[in-house]
Amino acid sequence: MTALTAPLAAIGRPVLAALAAIGRVAFFAASVIGHIFRPPFYPREFFHALMQIGWFSLPVVGLTAVFTGGALALQIYSGGARFNAEAVVPSIVAIGMVRELGPVLGGLMVAARVASSIAAEIGTMKVTEQIDALVTLSTNPIKYLAVPRVLAATLAVPVLVAVGDAIGIAGGWLVGVNRLGFNSTTYLQNTVDFLETWDVVSGLWKGAAFGFIVALMGCYHGMNSGRGAQGVGAATKSAVVGASVLILAANYILTELFFSA
Amino acid sequence: MITLSGVTKTFGKNRVLRGVDLTIPSGQSMVIIGGSGTGKSVLLKCILGLVHHDTGTITLDGQDVTKADRDAFLARFGMLFQGGALFDSLRVWENVAFRLMRGPAKRPKAEARAIAIEKLRRVGLKPETADLFPAELSGGMQKRVGLARAIAAEPEIIFFDEPTTGLDPIMAGVINDLIREIVTEMGATAMTITHDMTSVRAIADRVAMLHDGVIQWTGPIADLDTTPDPYVQQFIHGRATGPIAAVR
Repeated sequence: MTALTAPLAAIGRPVLAALAAIGRVAFFAASVIGHIFRPPFYPREFFHALMQIGWFSLPVVGLTAVFTGGALALQIYSGGARFNAEAVVPSIVAIGMVRELGPVLGGLMVAARVASSIAAEIGTMKVTEQIDALVTLSTNPIKYLAVPRVLAATLAVPVLVAVGDAIGIAGGWLVGVNRLGFNSTTYLQNTVDFLETWDVVSGLWKGAAFGFIVALMGCYHGMNSGRGAQGVGAATKSAVVGASVLILAANYILTELFFSA
Repeated sequence: MITLSGVTKTFGKNRVLRGVDLTIPSGQSMVIIGGSGTGKSVLLKCILGLVHHDTGTITLDGQDVTKADRDAFLARFGMLFQGGALFDSLRVWENVAFRLMRGPAKRPKAEARAIAIEKLRRVGLKPETADLFPAELSGGMQKRVGLARAIAAEPEIIFFDEPTTGLDPIMAGVINDLIREIVTEMGATAMTITHDMTSVRAIADRVAMLHDGVIQWTGPIADLDTTPDPYVQQFIHGRATGPIAAVR
């Protein structure tokens, strides 16, 4: 390799590796989506995943939302005071929560909790030959392991986002009424008056997209886990990092699609 | 009958299989021996299609395994994995009856459970074990459950990957005897991978030695001790010196 081509190769190698990884994830996603509509179906695994991803994520999503709503109310109040706009607190808290903070923070918390758990579980199954065992028992691992989790996350995260939105707004209301001196009825009236249906629905669509991303990354990295404890650890880390970055990127793209122009 | 002709497999720069030729006759118990890292498990996984071989052909009763209907092909096999590979989230009986509760061989739940308990009994486990989770079992019990799962659907061909690894000599003897009994009473074709010479003598009808990516020697178990092949002699006597490098 000449002195001229060496730097180009150094740049090209990671770029090609990144493109190959994107291709592999895309093929994996296409395979999962394809299997969603083809039997056999595994309802027991689906409902188990629904409980694990949806029900057991409620506390963490709820706590995140209530503190975020409260902090948002304080920030908007102190920022709005600079130009005598303290009255916008209820509407900005509501719009900020349902459009942006509810889905994004909910998605990131689910990524931390669920993508890591899925990747660790499936990664451990891979290194202990449980995935090979599934194949020898004539069971497609994508259908049995990935499809129920991806489907459950895609359906559960919008519900988590809706609950998080409500709790976040309630957090803002608590701080607004008890700390900032807002009248309770007026606060709630302002929240309802300024909130539009699309504000809420767009956040739920984002939640569905983020749920899909979280479970997909968990399953993908778990199934491609390296050997041993180190391999499973690396797969878990990659799943959380990948899901978080993709959630933020998808959030920007969806916001452009939903609210530009 | 399983036939392998010129099977090769390379991982990166590592040529694991360099042209394996081997025939496993129907109804016989073939044991593959060889040092650690010589590709024994890769060979077994190539036959099952868990790893795709690069060149050569693998046939089952004359049909190329890569062209066979996958589900029908796998339905003929049972497999005992080295670590048991039991599904942690399922109870013992659900592990054993896994194939019986899904796919073309699907049975009603009660019937599948009854068969699972019968297979557990066959491998020396009490019915109370059925409702435990794999994590609640000892290593030897997990191996037995794995064996029960391998035979649950009464396959024609059973593969055993290092069946006695990690077990004490008594439990290893129990597993060896179970394998021999089950293979004989089912009339199944068996392929076992091991480097435990006690297992070889207990299980094998025929033995093949894999070394350096090829079958170095193959023959009936009766000829194992008398063959002049220096590789086999070094291996079965566990000598550090000989044609097989001690440090690989």
